[in-house]
Amino acid sequence: MSTAQIISWFVAAITFGTVIMYGCIGETINQKAGGLNLGVPGIMQIGGIAALASAFIYESSAAAPSPAAGMIITLLAALAASALGGLLYAFLTVTLKVNQNVTGLTLTIFGTGIANFFGGNMMKLSGGVGTISVAATSGAFRTKLPVLSGISGYGSIIFSHGWMVYLAVIMAFAASYFLTRTRTGLNLRSVGENPATADAAGINVTRYKYLAAVIGCAICGLGGLFYVMDYIQGTWANDSAIEALGWLAVALVIFTSWKPRNAIWGAYLFGLCYWAYVYIPIGISRYLAMKLKLENVTYMQNLYKMLPYLVTIVVLCVVSRRRKRENQAPSSLGQSYFREER
Amino acid sequence: MNRIAISMRGINKRFGKKIIANKDVDLDIYHGEILSLLGENGSGKTTLMNMLSGVYYPDSGEILVDGQPVTITSPKDAYDLGIGMIHQHFKLIDIFTALENILIGLPKDNTEKKCRQEVGDICQRYGFDMDLDKKVYDMTVSEKETLEIVKTLYRGAKILILDEPTAVLTPQEITRLFTILRNMRDDGKAIVIITHKLNEVMEISDRITVLRKGENIGTVMKTETDEQKLTEMMVGEKITLDIARDFVENKAKRLEVKHLTVENSDGKKVVDDVTFDLYSGEILGIAGISGSGQKELLEAIMGLQKCEPGSSVVYNSTAHGVHELVGLSTRQIIQYGLHLAFVPEDRLGMGLVGNMGMTDNVMLKRYRKGKGPFLHRRQPEATAMKIKDELEVVTPALDYPVRRLSGGNVQKILVGREINNKPTVLMTAYAVRGLDINTSYAIYNLLNEQKKKGVAVIYVGEDLDVLLALCDRIMVLCSGRMNGMLDGRTAEKEEVGYLMTHLKEEA
Repeated sequence: MSTAQIISWFVAAITFGTVIMYGCIGETINQKAGGLNLGVPGIMQIGGIAALASAFIYESSAAAPSPAAGMIITLLAALAASALGGLLYAFLTVTLKVNQNVTGLTLTIFGTGIANFFGGNMMKLSGGVGTISVAATSGAFRTKLPVLSGISGYGSIIFSHGWMVYLAVIMAFAASYFLTRTRTGLNLRSVGENPATADAAGINVTRYKYLAAVIGCAICGLGGLFYVMDYIQGTWANDSAIEALGWLAVALVIFTSWKPRNAIWGAYLFGLCYWAYVYIPIGISRYLAMKLKLENVTYMQNLYKMLPYLVTIVVLCVVSRRRKRENQAPSSLGQSYFREER
Repeated sequence: MNRIAISMRGINKRFGKKIIANKDVDLDIYHGEILSLLGENGSGKTTLMNMLSGVYYPDSGEILVDGQPVTITSPKDAYDLGIGMIHQHFKLIDIFTALENILIGLPKDNTEKKCRQEVGDICQRYGFDMDLDKKVYDMTVSEKETLEIVKTLYRGAKILILDEPTAVLTPQEITRLFTILRNMRDDGKAIVIITHKLNEVMEISDRITVLRKGENIGTVMKTETDEQKLTEMMVGEKITLDIARDFVENKAKRLEVKHLTVENSDGKKVVDDVTFDLYSGEILGIAGISGSGQKELLEAIMGLQKCEPGSSVVYNSTAHGVHELVGLSTRQIIQYGLHLAFVPEDRLGMGLVGNMGMTDNVMLKRYRKGKGPFLHRRQPEATAMKIKDELEVVTPALDYPVRRLSGGNVQKILVGREINNKPTVLMTAYAVRGLDINTSYAIYNLLNEQKKKGVAVIYVGEDLDVLLALCDRIMVLCSGRMNGMLDGRTAEKEEVGYLMTHLKEEA
């Protein structure tokens, strides 16, 4: 494998990892408050389509679209739409106490549907598959760092990205600091561990659960926005490809044992695994294909694509054997809280 | 007379349409006094206090704190009024340290430093001993209780409510707790203890209020009453508090347990080299703080736990011959006449299926006796009817889901079913947990009857007074090890309590 290939593999991994890192940070906050939101894939699609649609409307109505304005509009739209998704989730699971698994899965189906509905219509408006273009806004998201991006060689692995890649890393540190070092974070974790205890300590459990769902989903939505604007460069395809990344984000939460800081390397590792199929030398694939008696060497690629999931399973096995109490899921994860239960 | 802290006037609380938890209750709580709230399970003691701690809201009635009418809609309101409640199931977060548990939900001006200092002061003042950096999951029950009290005091509680504080403590720990409670009383705090243990009521309280079926039956000064009078107030009728203990002649060895060892999934020995014999016609009591291996020991004998090599359980009966039970399937062991009635904390976790009725639950243990692929309901139905009549189970119908019955009825069905299978060995664990006095005595009588019939009975219990009154021999478990075998007729309570907590050094 040449140096250039290695660099391009890592660059692809970081871009990929950024999408799921946002999803993972958002979902971790949600889960730390006891909300198992399986709607992450749906929320990401809602965030993505809201970003694209707002940019599309803005760019097709303005004569000379300003990249900065486009960026702000899309950010606000994505945050608002995904936060609304979170509000819906919180209303159903916290106020109406609907089963969290069912709500989350339904939210995923809902998000996929609504995103593809608007995505399909936008394609019609713009004239066909692959014709949606929000060049100005997407370009703004993909603007690289001044000066530093000029570094070539291995430095370009770190410095050749749009600003949202770095924001994700900052957010991972910030979320980690928030959860472990602040009093609000302590209260939030206590809600996820034992809502009855939190309630008895005078914490407003409902408010914490709502805010965790809304803010968590808003962060997930940023993942969708990044996917649309940077990863696929400002267009849309009705292939629900974000959904696969959404599930990986949920897997990543478990992989990181609910510690957002671990999401930084975890997400990039998932990215490396995901893109491995492109970069694993053909010689190795041929050899493996022969050993496995596969007719076509390209079948190996499908096997490689399973790597992130395989890694998650291995990590789950290791974590479950370690049994350290602090690395387990929040105790009340997935359960509704009734104060007057008897 | 001391200053009045809280007055409750005409408090009513219902759950759903049918269950009346509290009916027109008036109650006064004074500063500088320990009030015991006495009543059987389900008499509405905890519910009443939960309305002070903000967990429940009364349907009607008035609450006055220091003479002012107040509305308490959340635990936070209660704290603001200086009311702190220590619940029976501790409200602590296992993976947090003691300090973090104290700090949750407090305003940010309570810094770590301030908290450490003030907690130190509180500990010194009342005689607590606490490590603020210890994780809750590393704590003993007694340490958790201390943490709960300190947490409540740190929040400035002047009125402390303790729900069954002694339920899981050893006699020594109870003595220490009572000393602390007296210190707090002398400091002017109002203290309420919810309990159903009469001897403790007589030891600690200044005044006693008795609740029955949600109503206040009356308040008496401790100096003007005794245990017999209090029982009558609690139950509403005269009952004798003596448990019969007959001596059965011609005992035969039923079980010979040797070097029984069970490891849990972490590789820790939960039952460690336990050796004892069990005879027909005796009740063998097993004492120990909860989680000392009682459950695992019984399950190992029943073949529900994997025993480590070297373990042996030899079973000997005239009807079934001599067998080594280790390695046999549970089904086989049941056929030999060993039966286990285990009442877990949630009652329905093991033993009965909550959504099934009595008949189906009886059938669970005998459906294999039927021939052909279809179920034969007639005989189990007759058995269920017999259990219902003999044990006075209150149920609308035999096929009514047992989940909806009260705890006492559920336990009667469970024990009744096991007895009906004509056991040679009957093992019960926590058979009277959560039962009222009458039902408890009904269960003790059932066990005594079995003993007289020559059944070998194992009784795992929590209440030391009952163990000492009911059992012929008492085996004490401590950390999975057998820490003593005492004669039930001569053993002292303090001795049992000591053995429960102090593992003897290997000679």
